[in-house]
Amino acid sequence: MERLIEEIPNFFTIWNVIFLAKAMGVTFLLTAIGCLVGFSVGGLLAIFRKTKSIYLLPLRIFIIIYTEIFRRVPFLVSLLLFFYVFQIIKISDDLFLIATITVCIIATAYIGEIIRSGIESINQTQWDAATAMNFTYYQTLREVIFPQAWKVILPPAFGFFIMFIKDTALASQIGVMELTFAAKILNNKGFSPLLSFGTILILYFILSFPLDRFGKYMERKLASNRN
Amino acid sequence: MGYTLVYTQVLEFLPYLIKGAWISLQIAILAFFGGMFFGLILATIRSFGNNISNKIVIWYVTFFTNTPQLVQIYFLFFALPEFGILLSPYIAVLLGMTLNAAAYLCEIQRAGFLSIRQNELDAAKTLNFSLFQQVKYVILPHIMRVLFPPLSNHYIIMTLGTSMAAIFGVEELTGRAFNINSETFRSVEIFSITALIYIVITFIATFLLAIIGRYFFKAKIRIIQ
Amino acid sequence: MPQIEIKSINAFYDKLHVLKNIELNVSKGEIVSLIGPSGSGKSSLLKMLVGLLIPKSGKIYLNGNQVNFKNQSDLRTIREQIAIVFQQYNLFQNMNVLKNVCIAPTKIQKRNPKEVNEQALTLLEKVGLKDKLNSYPDELSGGQQQRVAIARALCLNPQILLLDEITSALDPELVKEVLDSIRLLASEGMTMLIVSHEMNFVKEVSSRVVFMDEGSIIEINNPKNIFEKPKEKRTLDFVSKILKEK
Ligand SMILES: Nc1ncnc2c1ncn2[C@@H]1O[C@H](COP(=O)(O)OP(=O)(O)O)[C@@H](O)[C@H]1O
Ligand SMILES: [Mg+2]
Repeated sequence: MERLIEEIPNFFTIWNVIFLAKAMGVTFLLTAIGCLVGFSVGGLLAIFRKTKSIYLLPLRIFIIIYTEIFRRVPFLVSLLLFFYVFQIIKISDDLFLIATITVCIIATAYIGEIIRSGIESINQTQWDAATAMNFTYYQTLREVIFPQAWKVILPPAFGFFIMFIKDTALASQIGVMELTFAAKILNNKGFSPLLSFGTILILYFILSFPLDRFGKYMERKLASNRN
Repeated sequence: MGYTLVYTQVLEFLPYLIKGAWISLQIAILAFFGGMFFGLILATIRSFGNNISNKIVIWYVTFFTNTPQLVQIYFLFFALPEFGILLSPYIAVLLGMTLNAAAYLCEIQRAGFLSIRQNELDAAKTLNFSLFQQVKYVILPHIMRVLFPPLSNHYIIMTLGTSMAAIFGVEELTGRAFNINSETFRSVEIFSITALIYIVITFIATFLLAIIGRYFFKAKIRIIQ
Repeated sequence: MPQIEIKSINAFYDKLHVLKNIELNVSKGEIVSLIGPSGSGKSSLLKMLVGLLIPKSGKIYLNGNQVNFKNQSDLRTIREQIAIVFQQYNLFQNMNVLKNVCIAPTKIQKRNPKEVNEQALTLLEKVGLKDKLNSYPDELSGGQQQRVAIARALCLNPQILLLDEITSALDPELVKEVLDSIRLLASEGMTMLIVSHEMNFVKEVSSRVVFMDEGSIIEINNPKNIFEKPKEKRTLDFVSKILKEK
């Protein structure tokens, strides 16, 4: 304990603080890009998954396989697989890029599922009314379904944002300079693990907690609105 | 490109990997039931405890659900020795996963308790059910039907989570993939096979859980989402 | 030439044979009432006519043209001419009353928004909802929602109107109002298919009454006869049951 207190001034040097702030930025960026891409592409997947046309059947099968695969492989394994695939195809050896692509691919699979179940939560009567008035599938989604479904989609989506903040910790395994990797470096430099890992636990908490709160707040508010 | 995928060499390691999958399964099951038990205690405190104990449980859950499991385990593995507590990799991972699971499973179980409807209990009382009968015929079936799908879901998430044990040197499925990788350097082949094994074992788990849920608890679980 | 010709239609929900060999002709300006126990397929018949339930066999002619249910443009055509008021009203929950009425005419039929707005206001005034323009469906009673649904259907300017369980959610004093507007519409040449169990209403407005049971049409008769001396025993059983419930 005394050693710890002695160490604190040495640990929180300007250099270290900047170093950790940068790493926190990387963690945040990885998550933010993943969620943005996940929302857009996942939304598209959900939309195509619910189409009926026979010509789109191959696409629907592809979407089902895609979502099932990436929700059944550990993030770590997907990450390493992409890491080594990138080494073979030699497009890029930018670790941040590789991690970002992996996060995006997995986020797409998860958020696509959330959006799909949001769409499915809307009563059939809404589809019937729209169809009977000649709305196309896409018009129905835009005018009727999504304006209702977002309330069902957003609360669990916040849960997944938090999950991604935490999962990006695994990007440390391929050497991306995010929070966890930063802590490992500090630890290797001789700072105590209690301080290195304890600090980033708090930093992760700072990133995640507001989202957690906001998600729960919204869930409560939307639930009470509906009744 | 100059790289061709060769699976023959890696396939020789298949039995070795599958034995690793058993260890993954073991970790997942132990951590799940440990988490269930500990989570149940937390949920009970949360339901019946006083203000202070409530706050403690709330902060426990908030802390564990808002920080990465990997870092929690790092902390257990590297920081606890400073207090003279040395954990083997296996125990550190198991402990970390259990503490983490307890936070999530506390929330899930609590939501299950809260879903019991008073009017069902009243109905049971007017039918002169004893307390035991109320629990057996009204409360448990209802709770299980509500709890089973999210619990199953969390079990699958935990199965995937066991792969981070490899980072600490536990020789479960991913750990064994690491071992083969450093021996053969057939990385893409190894990790794709490993991914496939995870897909297979989680599918089997979902399938079994769906059957159990359907026949014992009247809970609906979709095998393919 | 009948405006709608339904020829030996069979339709299914998965394995459930919900419409069995349906035969029915409806002429322009005619009001046909459908009666029958719940689950007999009345709603399904109406849904089939707007292409929400695709028949497995049989033919449908609209103004003499056969409808190909597999052809999107045919479906579009029938939906342009036939409007439906659903049993559950099916109002869009995310839109207020005015928007519910205006959206399809403006966004789908691409009519002039100003003109649509005026028509919507007139219709909503007619059904007594002028003060509810900005309310959302979940703030309205069943009867109010149903009147919005009627206004929404009429704002589409259809040739044919399908009304499902039209009087069941209406307050008694409103039944008369709705009845009046339906008579007015009929005099303007609108064809109507109405599901209703309000005997006086049915007797007064309809030219013919169809009795359905278990997916089949059992009897088609004029409104006086079907209630007073039906041809079929099943009709008699049903009619005497609803008379007793009164
Ligand atoms: N969307 C549906 N899917 C499956 N079965 C349905 C559906 N809608 C109605 N049914 C069934 O079809 C039968 C006829 O229903 P319906 O047409 O609503 O009868 P009615 O309007 O005369 O009460 C009933 O047995 C009903 O349960
Ligand atoms: Mg009906």
